[in-house]
Amino acid sequence: MPEYLVRLVQVHESFRKAELQALADVAGIKIDFISYDEDSPFCVVGLPSDNAARTMISRGILSHGIYELWGEGSTYDNLHASVRKRSSEKWSLYHEIPFRFTLDSFRGSRKPADQRGIVDSFSYLGFMGPIRMKEAEVSFKVFEDYDNKASEPKHLYLGRFIGESGRQAKTTYDLKKRHYISTTSMDAELALLTANIALAATGKLFYDPFMGTGGFPIACAHFGALVTGSDIDGRSIRGTGGSARKGQTGKYDVAGNFKQYGTESHYLGAFISDLTNTPLRGLILGSEHGGYLDGIICDPPYGIREGLKVLGPREQLGEVERATHRDRYKEPTYIPPKRPYSFIAMLDDILAFAASTLVENGRLSMWMPTANDDDIELIIPTHPCLEIASVCVQPFNKWSRRLLTYRRLPDSEVSQEALLLAKKEYDKGVKADDLNAFRRKYFEGFKEYQRLQEAARATNDIVPEDTNT
Amino acid sequence: MKLLTLNFLTCAIKSCKSSPASFPLHPRDATLEIIESDLNLAFLRNILPRLMWSELCTITRELGLPALPETVPTGEDMVEKKEGEEEVASQTAKDLHRVLLETGIREGGLVCGNCGHEYKVLEGVGNFLLPGHLV
Ligand SMILES: [Zn+2]
Repeated sequence: MPEYLVRLVQVHESFRKAELQALADVAGIKIDFISYDEDSPFCVVGLPSDNAARTMISRGILSHGIYELWGEGSTYDNLHASVRKRSSEKWSLYHEIPFRFTLDSFRGSRKPADQRGIVDSFSYLGFMGPIRMKEAEVSFKVFEDYDNKASEPKHLYLGRFIGESGRQAKTTYDLKKRHYISTTSMDAELALLTANIALAATGKLFYDPFMGTGGFPIACAHFGALVTGSDIDGRSIRGTGGSARKGQTGKYDVAGNFKQYGTESHYLGAFISDLTNTPLRGLILGSEHGGYLDGIICDPPYGIREGLKVLGPREQLGEVERATHRDRYKEPTYIPPKRPYSFIAMLDDILAFAASTLVENGRLSMWMPTANDDDIELIIPTHPCLEIASVCVQPFNKWSRRLLTYRRLPDSEVSQEALLLAKKEYDKGVKADDLNAFRRKYFEGFKEYQRLQEAARATNDIVPEDTNT
Repeated sequence: MKLLTLNFLTCAIKSCKSSPASFPLHPRDATLEIIESDLNLAFLRNILPRLMWSELCTITRELGLPALPETVPTGEDMVEKKEGEEEVASQTAKDLHRVLLETGIREGGLVCGNCGHEYKVLEGVGNFLLPGHLV
């Protein structure tokens, strides 16, 4: 297969390969990873054609663009030798047309005179066309990869520009410009990235069970999916709860956000519900009807502010209290009781829900916080109907946040017992065993995480700055 | 709430889920709204085989909407048989789009046929939270 150079961004490193794989999967393109390094923004992949490369990268968030690889090497001598060997039969195709030839130094810089010298050293390519900075018909770039503070680059590439990424969406969907947000809205870059990793695309149906002000559904709609969502708090959907934006007045709601981006045709509306008592129908065994969701994306509520509660009385209700609820629930001011909910039990509920509602090969992408502890790092909730597709980590100081992505296995790859279990869990809400030692350990770590998160919020120091990309 | 979502929503009460009478939920005193949107052939094709068709027909009948075909249309039924590059949406596709993706319940109730519990829809948002005695 022809080789291409992806110019990645040097941020959210552990998500980049998962995103590239997802971009290839969603486009039905085969991708081979030839070289990839967490500490470098240059990745070489094998792809079937220029068109495949262009299609694939067009919705990428953690990349700038893709280039046909004309050569690479650890020194300029090696690079020139490689270019002669790999691409000499292509040179004549570009001899007469307007072109552009530039330099991209990562973590390094060159004086203008040196830049010119480097460009001139490629004169053997024989390009006679006019040099154009704008509207060139073909664009070449020399890439230099430096170690931090090194004086000379450690690796060099020459590439012919093929296509730009979809990273500008990060700016389009910037929360600073969104009408209606909340204090827990995930930043646009991560929301779009999650939608990519979950394979959101035209023709698909996506759902967020904890939608808040709709950040994930909005990101999925950007990639063409139709979306719906729910939240335990109806005010966040209808927008009467106010926005986190300072000085914002007037009514803003989730539907208004879709209108802002021109994707209101993709929004099916939302409903108020609680995942432990979901109104969405589940697996019907022995019927031709399986799942119906192509993807589920969520950032389950785990913070202090949102509280970790589900509907249900704190303890079993007495007969008198039951009667009171029965009499009052139709009154407009009725507030259902809520009970504390174990984070682990919630993760299991999400997996059981996904197993029961996803189409075969559909994806669940779920964010999950973890305290940085060797024992805890390894714990990934599992379900016999779901296979882990990728694990991406966003590290902070003492905790990290992981994006776990699962693939719903086709029924034919799952045992009958597993399907039956999935159905039973879904129907009856089988609860996790919190006393299991591993789970208890995780939960202790989780309390520590909550404490750290609270401290981080106090100093406003949660999200790392997007620097040197 | 677009009518499409009613094809996925059932009673939130766990003991109702195994009863066929809990699906679909039946609209009561429903005020409908039409919000026009772009016809999406790729989506219609994908979603058709996932629909529970006779239950969809039940809902449209109860809402007094024009009758849908008795059997579920196929992906091919979504395009007009025409030569040429561009796909043209068939009348069936347009009708389905109208019902599933442009028609919604603005106000009213959705009632479980098994337990009789009514879920309220306000400003187009259904509320499926259960009162304390039903959790
Ligand atoms: Zn019921």
